[in-house]
Formats: sequence, structure tokens, C-alpha cells
Amino acid sequence: MRTGSVRRAPLLAGVTVGGVLLLAAVVLSIGIGPIGLAPREVVAVVAHELFGAGDGGERLATTVVMDLRMPRVLFGALAGAALAASGAALQSLFNNPLADPGVIGVSGGASAGAVLAIVALPAAGASAWAVPAAAFAGGLLATGLIYALARPGRGTGTSRLLLVGIAVGAACASITGFCTFMADDDQLRDIVFWQMGSLASVDWTELAIGAVVVVAGVAVLVGMHRRLDMLTLGERQARHLGLDVTRARAVLVVVTALLTAVTVAFAGIIGFVGLVVPHIVRMAFGPAHRALIPMSALVGGLLIVLADTAARTVAPPSEVPIGLFTSALGAPFFLWLVLRERPGAGA
Amino acid sequence: MSAPVEQAPVVQAQGVGFRVGEHALLDDVSLELHGGSVVALVGPNGAGKSTMLGLVSGDRTPTSGRLLVAGRAPAAWKAADLARQRSVMVQQHDVRFAFSVREIVAMGRIPHPASDRDESVVDAALADADLDALAGRDATTLSGGELARTVFARVLAQETPLVLLDEPTAALDLRHQEAVMRTSRRLADAGACVVVVLHDLTLAARYADRVAVFHGGRLVADGDPRAVITEERVAEVYGQKVCVLDHPVSGLPLVVPV
Repeated sequence: MRTGSVRRAPLLAGVTVGGVLLLAAVVLSIGIGPIGLAPREVVAVVAHELFGAGDGGERLATTVVMDLRMPRVLFGALAGAALAASGAALQSLFNNPLADPGVIGVSGGASAGAVLAIVALPAAGASAWAVPAAAFAGGLLATGLIYALARPGRGTGTSRLLLVGIAVGAACASITGFCTFMADDDQLRDIVFWQMGSLASVDWTELAIGAVVVVAGVAVLVGMHRRLDMLTLGERQARHLGLDVTRARAVLVVVTALLTAVTVAFAGIIGFVGLVVPHIVRMAFGPAHRALIPMSALVGGLLIVLADTAARTVAPPSEVPIGLFTSALGAPFFLWLVLRERPGAGA
Repeated sequence: MSAPVEQAPVVQAQGVGFRVGEHALLDDVSLELHGGSVVALVGPNGAGKSTMLGLVSGDRTPTSGRLLVAGRAPAAWKAADLARQRSVMVQQHDVRFAFSVREIVAMGRIPHPASDRDESVVDAALADADLDALAGRDATTLSGGELARTVFARVLAQETPLVLLDEPTAALDLRHQEAVMRTSRRLADAGACVVVVLHDLTLAARYADRVAVFHGGRLVADGDPRAVITEERVAEVYGQKVCVLDHPVSGLPLVVPV
């Protein structure tokens, strides 16, 4: 579209189609696995267990759906929504199409926290909550540290936040590296697996926590859509248009940090979703955040559900870590996006 | 000057200075700007024109003196309220995301409560900046001049009593330079205070009611274009010998390097 008018897909149609696709993917994904279930069976179990409707399914089907697959699949959808919506918001805040949830230090801090917990606590398996809790705390701590050090006030720009983020990220990486060096073989395995991301261990409690944080966080971002639009012009021009940049930045950092931290804590590091999904969505729906945030959430959720399904099925009975999948698919796709871009134009 | 005396000044500066470390970028500047006028800020590179504009816009806070915009220091305004008082066209504007020209111009309406007028204000701003044909274009594909006109149109859509323009004509062709200045003149005639940083002294003389000359961070002359733009002063401030001729048609000063 070098000349002529930009074309935009209508938001209502996008939300409808995206919602239906996501729902379909969730139902199919719950049915896929070593014990295969038809979508009809999945729906019957869910209707019976959650809404008391119908006769439900066999006991085995019920166990597979309710205990094994549903929490992880739904959490995958939430994680994808959280990462993609955060990525879109941070790309606007940093006025940089290459920003992703990593820039505010959550992933690095969470890694350091999780790896510390794995190595320092004698038997990390003793408490299933120790590693996620340490990851969550580490993620928020790193973001808080970055924000406090950069102390973005009037006159100091977001670029300082970015630079401090790089420094704190490097410090976190060295903690992670040191712990990895100190770890024994079993711990090493846990560390590597955690860093590649997995939805396998998600249970209903974690799903509930994730649902509250993600729904609330994405709702806040949608509510900030005009402020996010203004920020794409840069902080100075956003201020000229009446945006309290300092305050908007504080809210955005807190919300995206929470969204990312809850994802990383329970599912490890799932790369590239936060970076790539907003770009795909912009191509169809344009850069205005009224459409970009909700559509990124839907597409991000869809992508993770599909990736998780693939991760579970390519080499049964073992699971390929989902982070490997999203990166393996995301990296070449992103490269293609960048290379087809007109020289000199932004993404 | 035609500014009504009883009206409070839009901008009031008393002994305003701005220092960065040892370096004084602006020193002891006092001036009052009123609605209904176009004021040109001129001077060589680094003279303090853009710094002055940055202080008035609220991007920076004076390190000395007192500066009021519509009766209050810019920092004392709530950001959203200030955006209904003053609009700013900065020199550097790049668009990194593929908004359409119209979407960017429409952002000028954000400071105002949504109303039925929004559409027509945006249409008028697009027309004033000669952007009708480009309204649907992806703004990341625009030329420098087209983008500058887009930002100018956004400023127009903001509809503020104080309009700050930092070298609005720098990237523009001859016709659009004149069009931007004519539109500025029209805003002033409708009551706005338009403050414009310019390098073209002839352009300044033709459209401004008042020219403020900055040199080395100080305000060295301020007044009617004919009185301010003289061969002696231009030579002294710019270090460039010029002839100031009378325009054969309008009689206004025409500044030509020797």
C-alpha cells in the first residue's frame, strides 16, 4: 500500500471472528492428546462440570478435561493475551516497534528469581509454589528496581528507562548464570526446562489467579487506548496533546509488569509473542489501540493455544517446551516481516 | 500593534532564564504576547528561540524568572487543561506506526470533550494544510514536507488560543510555506496568539505583527518588523551582510544577502 488509502478491518468483525476461532481452538486443543476426545465430548464434560447441564462424559474423559487439559489450555489463552497486549502497550510507551515485555525487566527478574529458588531451596519440588512465587517476586522486583533507578520524572525521558532496563537485565542474567553454574544435574534440568516455558504444571488455582490479573490488566490497557495512541507520537508531543506522561508511564509499567509476571511465574518464558503479535494485528487493524489491544489479546491467546497443542503432539509422550515453539515460529516470521518492510518506513 | 490593551497577555515572561549547568541558553528575557497577533522569533542557530518556545510550551521549566501562560506557569497547569490553551508544532516529528494522516490530525481533538464538531474541525484542518488528497495515506510513507503539514493540521485541529510553531516552514515548498503563514495570520486575526520560530526574515517581515530577535540567549530587539529588521542589526546578529529592500509590490522589507 505504497499509495492510496490505508485499509482497516472492522473491529467488531475482528473480535467476533477472533473470539470464535479462539473458542474453537480451546475446545479442539482440550480434545487433542494421548487420550483423544471429540469436540462434542469436550463440550459435554464442560457443560456438565461447570454449568450442571447434560449428563457429562465418562469418568476418564472428565478427568482428562477438567484436571489435565482445561487449566493449561485456558491459561495458555490468558498468557498469550497478556503477553501480546503488554507488547502492544510497551511498543507505544517506548515509541519503538521492537519493544516487548522483556524491556521492563520482568522476564529477566523472573528468571533470576526462579533459578535462585531452584538452586537455593534444597528440594524445589517440595513446594510447587516456591518457583512460581520466586519468579513472580523476582519479575516485579526487577521492574520496581528499574523504575526506581530511572525515576522517570518531568524532563527525564523514557530512553533512560530503557538504558537502566538493559543494565538491570544484565545483572539479572548474571545471577541466573551464576546459579546455573552452581546447579547440580537435576537442578540444571529444572532450570533449562523452566527457561524454555511450559504450561504443563498449571492448575485451577493458578488459572484463577491468572484470569483475574489478565482480564483486569487487559481491560485497563483497553481503557487507555487514546493515551497509548498519543504516546506513539513520542512523549513530547503526547504531552502537548494533554497527556500526563509521567502518570501514564507509571500505570503502563505496573500493568504490563503484572501481566507479564503472572504469565512468566506459572508458564516460564514464552518468547516472541509480545513482539510479533502486535505487528500482525497492526497489519490488519491499523495501529490505533482501540482495536490493537483487544485484537492482540485474542490473537496472542489463539497463538499460544495452537503452539501449546503442537508442543504436546509433535513428539508424544514427551512435550516440547512451548517457548521453543513460539521462538522457532516467531523468529523467521518476524524476519520476514522486517525484510518485506519498505526501507526507511517504520514497522 | 493592534492587540487590545485591556485583554490579559497570553504569555508573560519576566526576566526568564534557562541554564544547563554553566551554560545559559536563555538569559533575562522579558516579553508579553497578546492574542490577535503573529509573533516571529528569529535569530541565528543557538540563539535561544527554540529554548524560548520550549519554555512557553512547558517542555522545560525556567531556571530563573517568571513565565506565565494564560495566567499560570505551564508546570502548574494540568496537562489536559494546558492542551486546551496551547498547541505545539515541534521541529522533529517522526511517525513510527502506520496511522493514516486523518487519524493523526484527529488526535488534535483528544484534549477536547468529544463533540459533533470534531469531524468538521478535522476536515477543515486537513483542507487548510492542503491534505485532502492525502487524508487516507499511511503517515509513515509521507515525505518530510507532507508530514510537517500533517503535524500543522493536527495543531490546527487542537483549536487553542496560543499556537506555538517551531520552524513550521523548514521542510515546505514555496507554496506551502506561504499557505502555512497565511493560515497563521488568519488564526491571529480570529484572536489567537501565534508564536512562530522562523529563519526566513522576509517571511517573518511579511506575516508577523512583531518580530523578536534573539542573540546569544538574549532578546536583543522586539517590535515592528520594519523597525527591527535593519541592515545593521542583521549584520550584527547573524554576522552576514544583507540589503534590506522595499518589496516592489507590498513595500514590506525584503532581506537579501549581499
